[in-house]
Amino acid sequence: MSDSASELEQVSTSSHDTRPAKGESDRVFSLILWLYVAAFTVLLTLPLGMLIAKSFTNRGGDWVGISNYASYLSNPARYVSLTNSLFVSSLTAIIVTTLAFGFAFALTRTNMPFKSFFKVIGFAPLLMPSVIKAISLVYFFGNQGVLKSLMFGNTIYGPIGIVMGSVLWTFPHVLVILVAAFSLSDARLYESAQVLKAGRWRIFRTVTLPGAVYGIISAVMVAFILVITDFGVPKVIGGNYNVLSTDIYKEVVGQQNFSMGAVVSVVLLMPAVAAFLIDRQVKKRQRTAMSSQFVPYTPKKDRWVDLAALVYCSLIAIVTLGIVGMAQYASLVKFWPYNLSLTFDHYQFNVAGVGWENFFNSLKLAVAVSAFGTTAALIGAYTIEKSKTAPSLRTVVGGFSMIPIAVPGLVLGLSHLMFINHPDNPLQVLYGGFTILIASTIVHFYTVSHLTATSALRQIDPEMEGVSLSLKVPLYKSFFRVTLPISIPVLLEISIYLFLASMTTVSGIIFLYGSETKVASVAAIHLDEMGESAAAAAMGMLIVYACVIVRLLHLGFGAWLIRRSQAWRVR
Amino acid sequence: MSEMTMTEQVAQTSPYLDIRQIKKNFSKFEALKGVSFSVVRGEFLCLVGPSGCGKTTLLRCIAGLETQTSGDIIQNGTDIGKLPVEQRDFGIVFQSYALFPNLTVWDNIRYGIQTKGVTRQADMKRLGELLAMVRLSGHRDKYPSQLSGGEQQRVALVRALATSPGLLLLDEPLSALDAQVRHHLRREIKQIQKNLDVTTIMVTHDQEEALSMADRVAVMEEGQIKQIGAPSDIYHKPNSRFIASFIGSMNMFLGRKIALDQLSVGGLTLVCAPDEGAIGTDVTFAFRPEHVVLSLSDDGAQNAISATVIDRETRGATDRIFLSSPALVGELCADMWSSDALLSNLTPGTPVTLHVPAHAVVILEVDQP
Repeated sequence: MSDSASELEQVSTSSHDTRPAKGESDRVFSLILWLYVAAFTVLLTLPLGMLIAKSFTNRGGDWVGISNYASYLSNPARYVSLTNSLFVSSLTAIIVTTLAFGFAFALTRTNMPFKSFFKVIGFAPLLMPSVIKAISLVYFFGNQGVLKSLMFGNTIYGPIGIVMGSVLWTFPHVLVILVAAFSLSDARLYESAQVLKAGRWRIFRTVTLPGAVYGIISAVMVAFILVITDFGVPKVIGGNYNVLSTDIYKEVVGQQNFSMGAVVSVVLLMPAVAAFLIDRQVKKRQRTAMSSQFVPYTPKKDRWVDLAALVYCSLIAIVTLGIVGMAQYASLVKFWPYNLSLTFDHYQFNVAGVGWENFFNSLKLAVAVSAFGTTAALIGAYTIEKSKTAPSLRTVVGGFSMIPIAVPGLVLGLSHLMFINHPDNPLQVLYGGFTILIASTIVHFYTVSHLTATSALRQIDPEMEGVSLSLKVPLYKSFFRVTLPISIPVLLEISIYLFLASMTTVSGIIFLYGSETKVASVAAIHLDEMGESAAAAAMGMLIVYACVIVRLLHLGFGAWLIRRSQAWRVR
Repeated sequence: MSEMTMTEQVAQTSPYLDIRQIKKNFSKFEALKGVSFSVVRGEFLCLVGPSGCGKTTLLRCIAGLETQTSGDIIQNGTDIGKLPVEQRDFGIVFQSYALFPNLTVWDNIRYGIQTKGVTRQADMKRLGELLAMVRLSGHRDKYPSQLSGGEQQRVALVRALATSPGLLLLDEPLSALDAQVRHHLRREIKQIQKNLDVTTIMVTHDQEEALSMADRVAVMEEGQIKQIGAPSDIYHKPNSRFIASFIGSMNMFLGRKIALDQLSVGGLTLVCAPDEGAIGTDVTFAFRPEHVVLSLSDDGAQNAISATVIDRETRGATDRIFLSSPALVGELCADMWSSDALLSNLTPGTPVTLHVPAHAVVILEVDQP
């Protein structure tokens, strides 16, 4: 009595090709995927390939093999920047993770009052360009700073300033990771520990820390990447302390030595990529550690812990507000520190090549990046996640989408500069225009947008597309009728992220702007370079105010839109 | 025997759906190892099997959501095996229902039949009737999240039927529901299927669901169909140990076939249902617990086996008695109506006699020495 079914049908079927014919939806998806491949080739792989190739040529463009690297490594004056970079990045990563750990703990594990206020404060630095933080530090601790005595004769211009400034600006990025890590912990573990009569310290050591350990590693790696690739803080406050990112700028803008700029870029790329790979590995582990029957932890009242948390968070809030307050004050003071009367003069920007048009350029850039970047991220993520067509092509586009996060903005910007300025490139006409600024910035921030869109799309029932096709409705129609309306909350999230990031970024843009397209964050750096720190602070504050206003408008608009379009979420 | 009836059916009416030697590999894993069967128009076929047996993969191949590695799928005379999903003629209900959460019930069910936002008058009328058939007329303007699981399930069913598909595919449609709702919906789905006379293939892991709903059941294991036939054939004439243990409960023992309808086991001779297999071979034979009749005395009747009561389990309408017998090696149990007066005497340690009717003793398979 063997397989009765195969006895029934003795039809011999040759093993012929069973590749399915393509439906309309499949053709649309294939087209989209090829468009993304083309875009990534032009905006990512070709430029980066060119940059790496450039590092093997001399100034004249002749192939010189690894001799650039050899001369780089044999020159202590050059490679000291590498050790400097590693030093300040590691130190910052450890300090900021420790500080943010306490803050995240207070937000998620205590019943501290004013939590929502502290949440806003914790994420406020996202609204400030790095130049603001650096200038504030100078006004506090610089040669004429109000708290100079606290430096005990050390100078703020150097590693101390870089670390302080970097801690300030990376704080929200690390905080968001740690808050997520703490929110992932399972209440049942705490209950079990209490039932087993574990003390408070033992519970912290055996349950809290191990639960958050992946988050902590991830936070350290992210902070490390952010600092080692940052340009704004070391540029303004680094003084003579050279780091890799300022070296690249000096080689390219100062010396016009593109080959050496490329060499330093590749050197900078390596620790950034290494940290990124470690972070990915850690995130993979974290995912498998989560179980499906998850009970979120709710903190119990504990007067002393809550009080300690309040004091701790208040201190950090004071520092954050102090930084913004000082920048605001600096932009209003007539002539620090000799004439402290207040004036709006610095907002006139009576400096050649700088003015309010830079600010409007920033707005233009941020709006365009936000609109196009959000659209690109959603369509890309949707095609990768939801279509069944061309699996290998989808893997390729998905892989491309992950590269930008590992590429420092400065390196990406430089590669775009080299690519677009190549005499044989027909796109050369775009140099200095908005198109290349927008495209470069979208690529720079693409990975985070892509991942946010992907995780939101993964929460939608995976059979939705199958149902739509079985009803003979092509997927692009269902995309507009179902997926898009469902995704409005995540679209809002991505769009504000891109807006704020484009308003405050410097590193991706510093090589690409033209005289007509200079943006406020770059203008602030230039003003500071020229010694006009009050005007630089004023320019920075314009960015801060724009960010705050747009954030508030966005909150209001988002609430209205969600109320209108997400009625179905209410039971 | 099930093959016989099948072959006859196929000869009489050409099949509506003909699955031929479907194979599906996921890299190295063979999910389907050459599955063939056919379904006639209006038939309700259930694919049942343990998880990982390939039943859902098979359904998804028929829908075009997966592409088979080789093999043909003929629907209504056309080879659809290579067509994209949207060019195939079927409606589908998933375990998760996959209702569009941002659309109302009405918009969900007319999703596939409106052109440029307009639904034709005739379609409106039919949808209204379908909705009434599943008792959801009052819920037209609600969103899916405002409905119970059973209601959502019925909306998904109406949506799948809205386009009047030739084939209805159901992928574990009842698995996410409470037992009571599930039992009720079994009948309801079955009735709608018969009313509309729509050819239906349902995947389930629940053997009781398969037996109660289907015209024919195909039991799958490890990417193959192990047995296909009417529910009663599957239950009463399982063709292997696997089928016997997967569908219902079964007492199974090793014995030797000594005549056309006789077995020898542990010094006993049992009369069994006539079997075509060779005489003198070692076989596995089986009988269902509900076929066992227990008595306190041995009256010397046919197929009497002495045993001792070990334990008893209340199951509701029936009680299950666990027994041990010197003649039969392995687990042995009998089901009795809980209203049976004899039950009160069956305390552990009580010696009893089992009677198994000859027709209930079936030979499952020949054991390789």
